[in-house]
Amino acid sequence: MAALTKEETEALIQEVLEIYPEQAKKDRAKHLAVNDPTLEKSNKCITSNRKSQPGVMTIRGCAYAGSKGVVWGPIKDMIHISHGPVGCGQYSRAGRRNYYVGTTGVNTFGTMNFTSDFTEKDIVFGGDKKLAKIITEIEGLFPLHKGISIQSECPIGLIGDDIEAVAKKGNKEIDKPVIPVRCEGFRGVSQSLGHHIANDAIRDWVLGNRDGDESFPTTPYDVAVIGDYNIGGDAWASRTLLEEMGLRVVAQWSGDGTLAEIENTPKVKLNLIHCYRSMNYIARHMEEKYKIPWIEYNFFGPTKIAESLRRIASHFDDTIKEGAERVIKRYEAEYQAVIDKYKPRLEGKRVMLYIGGLRPRHVIGAYEDLGMEVVGTGYEFGHNDDYDRTIKEMGNATLLYDDVTGYEFEEFVKRVQPDLIGSGIKEKYIFQKMGIPFRQMHSWDYSGPYHGYDGFAIFARDMDMTLNNPCWKQVKAPWKTEAGSEDVKIAA
Amino acid sequence: MALRQCAIYGKGGIGKSTTTQNLVSALAELGNNVMIVGCDPKADSTRLILHAKAQTTIMSLAAEAGSVEDLELEDVLKAGYRGIKCVESGGPEPGVGCAGRGVITAINFLEEEGAYDDELDFVFYDVLGDVVCGGFAMPIRENKAQEIYIVCSGEMMAMYAANNIAKGIVKYANSGSVRLAGLICNSRNTAREDELISALAAKIGTTMIHFVPRDNVVQRAEIRRMTVIEYEPNCSQADEYRQLATKIRDNRNFIIPTPITMDELEELMMEFGILEAEDEAIIGVTAAAEATA
Repeated sequence: MAALTKEETEALIQEVLEIYPEQAKKDRAKHLAVNDPTLEKSNKCITSNRKSQPGVMTIRGCAYAGSKGVVWGPIKDMIHISHGPVGCGQYSRAGRRNYYVGTTGVNTFGTMNFTSDFTEKDIVFGGDKKLAKIITEIEGLFPLHKGISIQSECPIGLIGDDIEAVAKKGNKEIDKPVIPVRCEGFRGVSQSLGHHIANDAIRDWVLGNRDGDESFPTTPYDVAVIGDYNIGGDAWASRTLLEEMGLRVVAQWSGDGTLAEIENTPKVKLNLIHCYRSMNYIARHMEEKYKIPWIEYNFFGPTKIAESLRRIASHFDDTIKEGAERVIKRYEAEYQAVIDKYKPRLEGKRVMLYIGGLRPRHVIGAYEDLGMEVVGTGYEFGHNDDYDRTIKEMGNATLLYDDVTGYEFEEFVKRVQPDLIGSGIKEKYIFQKMGIPFRQMHSWDYSGPYHGYDGFAIFARDMDMTLNNPCWKQVKAPWKTEAGSEDVKIAA
Repeated sequence: MALRQCAIYGKGGIGKSTTTQNLVSALAELGNNVMIVGCDPKADSTRLILHAKAQTTIMSLAAEAGSVEDLELEDVLKAGYRGIKCVESGGPEPGVGCAGRGVITAINFLEEEGAYDDELDFVFYDVLGDVVCGGFAMPIRENKAQEIYIVCSGEMMAMYAANNIAKGIVKYANSGSVRLAGLICNSRNTAREDELISALAAKIGTTMIHFVPRDNVVQRAEIRRMTVIEYEPNCSQADEYRQLATKIRDNRNFIIPTPITMDELEELMMEFGILEAEDEAIIGVTAAAEATA
């Protein structure tokens, strides 16, 4: 199917909006846009980070998901208590595939669920005493943990529990950091505020822990990887490139990360931000307080990887600059082989994305390396600074949709007829049933890593095996083919 | 007779619990089966009936047992003077937890366990001071109390509170069958108190169902953890409570209130000399500024 023109895309948006009542139509219109790469600022065309409309199927999460699920959860040697009723902790347990090294239950706790399991009596009488007891019990049962975070679920903010006081007392008792996080689910409009709250809690309770302590030996090449959650091993595939070019990765935030790494981060020379949305806050804070510069990078696909390696190297001396060139050269044959193998099978295929964090813009380059085109993209919980960065990556007259509703997404897909959709688990089966190849792009559909050169090979293979899977030719029942359906009608 | 459920509201400290227990004793004396449900974390709505300091509450027992599902009705329901059934919702210490949820949990428990049996003629909910959140409105939601009595006096703040409670009732009256059934004036011996409360009642659309005079016998009974009805049944104050009980028993005047505006209320108070006419010139002027003026 040929690409839509600007006018056609605009008409499509109008047509999709038509079904809404007046008020909702007015609101949703602001969140749907036709991309114009020449725009400097996205606020000219799209509104984001606003409350979802009641009655629509939004795909967003909550502040607790942003804090516990994204930012804090992957810190592997800490225990993160889901404080409140059991469901929030249990249904978010281990679902994000943040890989880590360690012995679970002994010195790492990533896939375990710790919860205060609130019942009526905890709501009525308050949960502070129970929380204090849990902290004591954790220390007894899991003595190798390095600290505890308290991730507030909704009721904590309603009944006025003083988790800060419990945290301070717990910190004295066990002599390890105990961090209260006020990430009650009802706060804000999406998981985005949860990221911010989680960043602030790290700033207030962790980041300054080693201020004035010079015992950690530093080098001129120390960097921290910020906003890589090591989904399917992403951070590992990234770290190896940075190390090969001569940098020393002091900390991974927060995939396969530890509390000590986070505490040592203020000592690095440069912060490298992958997921800008969820961790730009802490990078800005470190810039202000510790004068550490930060840059964004993108390790999806060889084009962006090379650009990023060079941009990172530009902050260091010639050894690192040479290192970057060496790394790019070293992997050239490898990624070229991937392109040579898969590009002929994927060339010209059109993709629609709807994801969160950094991916709606960061993966575009990887698709383009394979000759594919992203014709629509959008963020669950992006802000306008995300769209500012996105409009330059997307082609002219492509679709942008913010906090897209289930209805809008389906309608767009029906009209645009992409060859592949990348979105989440809730969208997966709807589109597969529509006969459209689909990749789950939050957790890489149980695959990964997708970062780095290693990840690119897996990414390319996954896209090919999904898109060119013979099953898609079998989706339509034989009697429902054009000719066949006529026969059935006649027979009926 | 069908079960009648009544809720008593009013400003904090106005004498809701004392009035309710004396009233309920008088109703029991008239041969009615009555239950009191205390909806206040302080759990002092039944002490005069049970001669107890404070009854063990549903929520405290639930906390001990693990959950409210582990409780039996007989654990929480105590019978006192003339077989009056007493139950307290209970709740947290001041400053922690959610007392409103405690009331909701407790009332749900009573319903599920069949506390509202066919034998009962009256249930009285004694609810703490203000309707601060949804939990304390629980007793007046659908299928619960349908008659509300507001205890007040001729003092300014008590009347403000009465009018505010009437506003709250309007919301629930429009969506359900709860109605205002009258004001009970618990006298503080202010000037022309009965006339004032009658006038306020008329403006809100209801009546002052009874004027309960002030009498020290109430205090004397109270330190013995008894109602006047039980402590000194022949005194005149006991008869006052009997009259109140009879009037409530025979009351059929249930209305959706018409709360008045702040200005109207202040006008009424000025009419009775409780409030002086507002002098705009003195607003926001400090004592020091007044001295130099």
